[in-house]
Amino acid sequence: MKWLLVTLSLLASPAFAVQPDEMLSNPALEARAREISKGLRCPVCQNENIDDSNAAISRELRILLRERLVEGDSDQEAVDFIVSRYGEFVLLRPDAEGANLVLWLAPPLMAALGLGIGWATIRRRKRAPDEALSAEEEARLEEILKS
Amino acid sequence: MITELGHFALILAFGIAIVQMIVPLIGAHKGWRSWMAVADPAAISQLILVGFSFAALTWAFMSSDFSLKLVFENSHSAKPMLYKIAGTWGNHEGSMLLWLLILTLFGASAALFGGNLPATLKARVLAVQSAISVAFFAFILFTSNPFLRLAIPPLDGQDLNPLLQDPGLAFHPPFLYLGYVGLSMAFSFAVAALIEGRVDAAWARWVRPWTLAAWVFLTIGIALGSWWAYYELGWGGFWFWDPVENASFMPWLFAAALLHSAIVVEKRESLKSWTILLAILAFGFSLLGTFIVRSGVITSVHAFANDPERGVFILAILAVFVGGALTLFAARAGAMEARGVFSLVSRESALVLNNILLAVSSFVVFVGTIWPLFAEIILGRTLSVGAPFFNAAFTPFMVALAVILPPGAMLAWKRGTIGKAMKPLWGVVVLAVALAGLAFALQTGKSALGPVGVALGVWVVFGALTDLWQRTGRQGMAARLGRLGRLPRSDWGKALSHAGLGITIFGIATLMAWQEEDIRTAQIGESFTVGAWEITLESVERAEGPNYSSTVAAMTVARDGKEIGTLYPEKRFYPVAGMPTTEAAIRNGFLRDIYLVIGDAQSNGGYAVRTYIKPFANWIWGGAILMALGGLVSLSDRRLRVAAGAAKRVEGVPAE
Repeated sequence: MKWLLVTLSLLASPAFAVQPDEMLSNPALEARAREISKGLRCPVCQNENIDDSNAAISRELRILLRERLVEGDSDQEAVDFIVSRYGEFVLLRPDAEGANLVLWLAPPLMAALGLGIGWATIRRRKRAPDEALSAEEEARLEEILKS
Repeated sequence: MITELGHFALILAFGIAIVQMIVPLIGAHKGWRSWMAVADPAAISQLILVGFSFAALTWAFMSSDFSLKLVFENSHSAKPMLYKIAGTWGNHEGSMLLWLLILTLFGASAALFGGNLPATLKARVLAVQSAISVAFFAFILFTSNPFLRLAIPPLDGQDLNPLLQDPGLAFHPPFLYLGYVGLSMAFSFAVAALIEGRVDAAWARWVRPWTLAAWVFLTIGIALGSWWAYYELGWGGFWFWDPVENASFMPWLFAAALLHSAIVVEKRESLKSWTILLAILAFGFSLLGTFIVRSGVITSVHAFANDPERGVFILAILAVFVGGALTLFAARAGAMEARGVFSLVSRESALVLNNILLAVSSFVVFVGTIWPLFAEIILGRTLSVGAPFFNAAFTPFMVALAVILPPGAMLAWKRGTIGKAMKPLWGVVVLAVALAGLAFALQTGKSALGPVGVALGVWVVFGALTDLWQRTGRQGMAARLGRLGRLPRSDWGKALSHAGLGITIFGIATLMAWQEEDIRTAQIGESFTVGAWEITLESVERAEGPNYSSTVAAMTVARDGKEIGTLYPEKRFYPVAGMPTTEAAIRNGFLRDIYLVIGDAQSNGGYAVRTYIKPFANWIWGGAILMALGGLVSLSDRRLRVAAGAAKRVEGVPAE
């Protein structure tokens, strides 16, 4: 099914990204639309947002989004409307709820884990019996390492 | 006929690889010199045979031999010669043969230039390297044979994807593969060391040049790909956090970590087991990247389920090599005694922090890349993870890395004090903050991205220069300038690479923060203003290329009423592939690029025109080139050259 859509979208006259005729005359509204578009995925492309995408369906989505904004939707309402029709697949920034919490918490948790292990290892190593060098040896070592 | 010979050479090399995988390993175990000596000629003949096989395939593409299925599917007689040749690796089968060619190239280089390696270590390295070759020979011959014929040769081919018909992309895969596959050497050295049960400073010296070379190639490859995306895709994006890009970025991050931890092993005989683990992970992520790109699993789980043969094969290779190496690691790592002791504040600790940031950021990219797949298979949800996630999750790690880089690079080994390392850097701190303040005052809007990028860029670049300057000692200016030229090349390499990183950070942040965009319908002869520039659409004409037809616009760019040039953006259509492409016209500048794109004719007359002003765009790739250059300079350091066993021969790095 997806492949069929890809083929169809390629056959349809390829229009590129945002077209002048679909832009809103209200610059504030248009700027909001652009910003939201960057977070919505083109349903038939590989990892392209609808703002950059050339696919016909992306143009439809861009126009749909602008219609919602003109009707007075907030950013969140407009996005929710599109998600309710096309599914969470179109969100390039996945919601931080449910299982997705794992995704969002993974970076800080992994960083904490990495730093914890690093800290513990260095502390342990420091306490390990040090064949202590005399000040003289230390100075010589510095010299050798510098050279 | 040549095709059949190429096919035969490939099968013959497969046999040799199996011998090279087994005989030297037994020889090293039993101490039989003659068995160990099998590895050298075997590695070299593998290279010659695979080289011949690759040449045969290239010849088939050059001569448009459409009786070959691969040529028919990926080439066309009207295509320019450069793209016929590049078409050899512009497809799955051919690119895997290129992968194998580079794998055997590295194996043969180790055989040729590894003269002063201990005999058993060398035999084991070459045996492990050959084991990887065996896996990929089998993969190519059993699932992706490029030498299959068609029963009825068609008259002409189906053409290469037009987006790929570009000089930037023609050389992108070979560099990327040199990087990916170069990491196999680090892996082979790691596994060989685990088998030997010995890791010392000498081992780290042998591993470092290979890793450095792989990292340099990977840097160039990634930069080429990003540059290509910038000028070819039509809106000047340079990085998309696409799974395929992430596949090359993860090994790059690991290779960078490995480079730094190998320094600690070499200089301080510490972090040995961690370095071995990094070497295994770096190549593991290369294989994972190959799996992601080649199986199509990320694009669509269904595409994978329909044709699982290749994906499962690579997954098996990944499991056997990484799983095997990690098992060996678990069994042997305890024996890698650390000798060097260091305190919490020391260069060693700074490098550990560097490693943690690089490794964790790479895992973050991994989690984000794999999450949609995981969600679909385990949770039954189809969702996407795109640029907004990666920008939010990855950037903090790079900011932290940039902040700690200058003092970390100047801390004393073993035991240092932050105060002492920071002393020469306070001037840089002031400069960075001042320039960031200036940027904040000059910009419109209140975004922090631009000023922060400026501060980090200045901090890292001038920090690297300060580091280099501090290396010249404490005498007078003249003596210090004199010493600057006599500093070891590795010091220069370090400064260049670190400065390159700072420049890239600066370029990315300022481009993202301050680019300007204008989209409009312009009539022929109409002028409009974008930023400080006045742009006029002079004319739009049709033109014919060798295998495409094109709509070419002529647009003049003027500043303050003075014309500074005419640009010719194009929109091409490739009839064989039935695909349009946009060819942006870019006026490259030191401080900014002017980026013009011509679109479709509009119903009310005139054409859709997009204009971008992209500040400091070229600094992104300039910084990447500087990073790679720093790697090359470091690679030419006498210390590494001697260690790599080339005291007599001049080049101690993989022959190119």
